[in-house]
Amino acid sequence: MAVLSKTQFSVTRPRKSRVLTGFMALYLLYTLVPLVWLVINATKTQPSLFSTSGLSFGDSFALFDNIGQTFTYNGGIFFRWLGNTLLYVVVGAGGATILATAAGYGLAKYRFPGRRGVFAVVLGAVAVPPTALAVPTFLMFSKMGLTNTPLAVIIPSLISPFGLYLIWVYAADAIPDELLEAARIDGAGELRIFLTVTLRQLVPGIITVTLFTMVQTWNNYFLPLIMLSEPKWYPLTVGLNQWSAQANGAGAQPIFNLVLTGSLLTIIPLVVAFLLMQRFWQSGLSAGSVKQ
Amino acid sequence: MSRFRSRARAAAAVALAAALAVGCSSGGSSSAPAAATGTQDSVDAALKAGGEITYWSWTPSAKDQVAAFQKEYPNVKVNYVNAGTNKEEYTKLQNAIKAGSGAPDVAQIEYYALPQFALTDSLADLNQYGFGSFEKDYSASTWAQVKNGNGLYGLPQDSGPMALFYNKEVFDKNGIAVPKTWAEYIDAAKKLHAADPTKYITSDTGDPGFVLSMIWQAGGRPFSVDGRNVKVDFADPGVKKWTAMWDQLIQGKLLAPVKEWSDDWFRALGDGTISSLVTGAWMPGNFISSVPGGAGKWAVAPMPTYDGKPVTAENGGSTQSVVKQSKNPALAAAFVRWLNHGNGVQPFIKSGGFPSTTADLTSPAFVDEAVPYFGGQKINQVLTSASKDVAPGWTYLPYQTYANSVFSDTAGKAYVNATGLDAGLAAWQQAIVDYGNQQGFTVSAG
Repeated sequence: MAVLSKTQFSVTRPRKSRVLTGFMALYLLYTLVPLVWLVINATKTQPSLFSTSGLSFGDSFALFDNIGQTFTYNGGIFFRWLGNTLLYVVVGAGGATILATAAGYGLAKYRFPGRRGVFAVVLGAVAVPPTALAVPTFLMFSKMGLTNTPLAVIIPSLISPFGLYLIWVYAADAIPDELLEAARIDGAGELRIFLTVTLRQLVPGIITVTLFTMVQTWNNYFLPLIMLSEPKWYPLTVGLNQWSAQANGAGAQPIFNLVLTGSLLTIIPLVVAFLLMQRFWQSGLSAGSVKQ
Repeated sequence: MSRFRSRARAAAAVALAAALAVGCSSGGSSSAPAAATGTQDSVDAALKAGGEITYWSWTPSAKDQVAAFQKEYPNVKVNYVNAGTNKEEYTKLQNAIKAGSGAPDVAQIEYYALPQFALTDSLADLNQYGFGSFEKDYSASTWAQVKNGNGLYGLPQDSGPMALFYNKEVFDKNGIAVPKTWAEYIDAAKKLHAADPTKYITSDTGDPGFVLSMIWQAGGRPFSVDGRNVKVDFADPGVKKWTAMWDQLIQGKLLAPVKEWSDDWFRALGDGTISSLVTGAWMPGNFISSVPGGAGKWAVAPMPTYDGKPVTAENGGSTQSVVKQSKNPALAAAFVRWLNHGNGVQPFIKSGGFPSTTADLTSPAFVDEAVPYFGGQKINQVLTSASKDVAPGWTYLPYQTYANSVFSDTAGKAYVNATGLDAGLAAWQQAIVDYGNQQGFTVSAG
């Protein structure tokens, strides 16, 4: 018999590892430093951005002044971009979630010919980076006369193979076939089963997919960059980059302070969304990892 | 932020490459039929009739100019759109041209990118409106850049004859005389950095526009274009002259490791870390608006040369062109004429732009203006005289924007590893030759 150590470790009281804690702390620092830098520098005026060190505060606290300028610069175009981003997120990511939920559930719970084929296509689609599809999509859309319209950004955002796959896996585990059979015996139609029985069971999965697609659409850069030519349809990502590019060449108008403040304002909604939906997110991530 | 920007640039480069590929394969008509030389009557008639046009530009004066134009011609509506700064606008323009719709009527295009659009038959030849007769009103070096073959693809807006901008305070403090030759410039670089290791004579992390202008001044002519036949030769004696000189700065680590146009760069210009700049005559406006810390310290001198005789090159500068897709090209041409050959020029100069019209380049009000930022120096005397000393005979590639986008992947190594500019330029040349041949040009290396 081996000698038992004095402290007993269990699943709920795991052994602490200094090395792992150290790594964790380093990683935390690594992820937080850019954020801290952003917050600090969003409080500076343009001249003090140029004259003070990046990780210390400037001579004056200009955050609110910067926010005011960000909102009013160029006729308040920032609001327009914010509205566009919201539109793309609500319609694009929202639509993607609905489609992924319906399709994922259908593939998980119904047997029909060609199911394996669909499975292969979806898995394949997960592997294709959206950036690679952007240029072919542009050429196709330009033939259809859809470029430089909000639809050019929304339609490609509606497709989320990864979300579909996630719901599929989740539904396969979270919804017992017996439950569906019971509902059918009680005389419920398939649509009613989906809307009243299934959806409730799928909530953690749906929230996870919502967050995924939301982050993806919110941060979408390359697609709107090539699809849109007029700033009035830009989302925040492309708009902020245009502000940043203003610092180049003859007639340069650097507004780094507004780019920074705009970036800070841009990430706030995502942070809020994550904080609010965190618990669903966690249960969604662990779903399917344990066999009951 | 720099990571974000470089990723954006890479993405833009990809998009441009794709769009360009399609543009060339479908265009294919290298020898556009020369439009008959017409008169300005149709332009005047269009202006009288009025209408609506769209204008893409990122120049800071565009908004004021559009407002002034509409006040003068209330029956014309100009939709002003800032579709992005340089490369970003070109990507969008190229995309819209390929798509067959969505392009503006008038677009701002820099001289280096103009051949690309002219060659793909995307721009209207302004000879048909009789604008060819304006030749005498522009400096020779800018006029040469809006012409392509026999076609006239825009009217010059600004120009960028190069000069030496230097921080007088830093120079004086370290006992450095204003260099007249490149040999003196290198001595000054060494002396300054030895006296104060935080100071550098200038910065250069590999900017293709700057490199080409420097080669231009040294007498190198690496590109020659005849229809779809292109020759690239970075072993030209003029190129070698420049590389031999500039390599001394790179290998001596005498250049500030600061990327141009970054926030660091603006800061370094203000605090003296970068003590001189060899750049286009459009720079003063940028100093005044974006480098407040340098006020009263900077001054302007002619660009150093190899033998002490004045010669310079163009760096940057834009034209406004009429896009062929325009439904009202005569009205678009009228707007271009107003912008760069009419009442649009003054608002442009007022916003800090450097003109290309000889009347303004020689007007005493412009030439003899004492600029407070530069300690009251009459800087335009230096800059306008530079515009007369631009070496003739320069040509850009018909796919210069792509070539510039791969500069840092190839020639950029010469900066990072200090492996010699000749080797770096040879790698760039290879990339240019390969890409051009893929795109249906016949490209040969010199």
